[in-house]
Amino acid sequence: MRPFDYQRPDGLDHASLLDRDGATLIAGGTNLLDLMKLQVETPETLVDINRIGLDKIEPTGEGGIRIGALVSNSTCAADPRIRADWPLLSRAILAGASGQLRNKATTGGNLCQRTRCYYFMNIDMPCNKREPGTGCSALNGRNRIHAVLGANENCIATYPGDMAVAMYALDATVEIAGPDKASRSVRVRDFHRLPGERPELDNVLEAGEVITGVTLPAPVGGTQLYRKVRERSSYAFALVSIAAALRMEEGAISRASLAFGSMAHKPWHDLRIDAALTGAKPSDALFDHVADLLLEDAEGYGENDFKIPLARRTVKAVLREATGAST
Amino acid sequence: MKLAINGTTQGFEGDPRTSLLDFLRRDCGLTGTKKGCDHGQCGACTVLVNGQRINSCLTLAVMHEDDEITTIEGLGTPQDMHPLQAAFVDHDGYQCGYCTPGQICSAKAMLDEAQAGWPSAVTGDLTAEAELTPEEIRERMSGNLCRCGAYSNIVDAITQVKEDAR
Repeated sequence: MRPFDYQRPDGLDHASLLDRDGATLIAGGTNLLDLMKLQVETPETLVDINRIGLDKIEPTGEGGIRIGALVSNSTCAADPRIRADWPLLSRAILAGASGQLRNKATTGGNLCQRTRCYYFMNIDMPCNKREPGTGCSALNGRNRIHAVLGANENCIATYPGDMAVAMYALDATVEIAGPDKASRSVRVRDFHRLPGERPELDNVLEAGEVITGVTLPAPVGGTQLYRKVRERSSYAFALVSIAAALRMEEGAISRASLAFGSMAHKPWHDLRIDAALTGAKPSDALFDHVADLLLEDAEGYGENDFKIPLARRTVKAVLREATGAST
Repeated sequence: MKLAINGTTQGFEGDPRTSLLDFLRRDCGLTGTKKGCDHGQCGACTVLVNGQRINSCLTLAVMHEDDEITTIEGLGTPQDMHPLQAAFVDHDGYQCGYCTPGQICSAKAMLDEAQAGWPSAVTGDLTAEAELTPEEIRERMSGNLCRCGAYSNIVDAITQVKEDAR
């Protein structure tokens, strides 16, 4: 690990610290310290934000709930209100990592976690995300865990998390404070980026900005499922995951929202899928149509080709379960 | 700055790069906590911070001013074992023993989490009280790897402590 200066402010006034080149925030640290040990991350200044508050879960005026950026994943998943009214979020968080890691991992930090691409984490290999302009080693390399949607020759890394996938399905909003203390809100569906020409940028946070919380809209009810397909049944990243919030009325789907994890540089959400499901009667043909919409532009890079049929089977299984269809 | 480790105040003035794990082992002489992978993948370094289990390899000592740290040495001694330590002996919950301190610290906090009503990934009804079945224990302990494969006996040991506490 490279040497760094350590600072621990007791309020959001630390923003000026972030204007310094090389300053990085640390909250739970479970991803950042791992990457610092590998010298993938080499901050000159580490700003410890664990004692600035932002650790409450509070109802909003609109019937939703606001989760402070420093609420731990464990606390969020165990919160009785989240379990009762937004169970999809509890399910997704509990599907990830281990008890120890969830105790440290935070709501804001989890949104900002980096890819687990083998080449990103190995400083001896070219990687456009870690060192722009050096090339993508995964494109023609080991890419079993890599993206099949929205990728390009610059970067085929995936966003690896679970929590955010549920937040995409639930249409959450990320609250952000800036260096001048002005705040802005970004729909979580617009928070993460596709690689495009700037694969080094995972999300839309600007220099000096800090996530202060995540707001979930009022509960949508219905059936909420998080299906995670992985190499072992616990404590592993997803190969494909699906968050589904779906409501049935009189034999038809009255409301649907699906999001997909570990398939792209960001959790994947396609409005056409939600629209195709809404108002429709469950059928195998409908579920195939949804899979077609999801995968029409899917592209494998060799070792990850299997993710395309895996995603088709998984989305159909999730929709059968969520609608109670016997097909 | 100071930390409370197993009820004793310890000063820390070292390099901020020092992980809590290295501080415990190297500076405090508490070598019960083990370094396995040093990357949060094995759980051998599990300790309790303010009663919660964490991987001590993935946190910095400097981040824990005034926190209360409990290591395996703080849970029990050879003369006065914690019930989990005694149950691991009774059930042969190990072979080489390297993962054992992490397993026991993790199990201690896991039982407290279940007592507090926290659900897990295998809990059927998120709004009901979860019964600590062997399946629940395996899921909740999945952050602690045992390369000898003593898992069945570890689950038996934890189950016994849970039953005895009733």
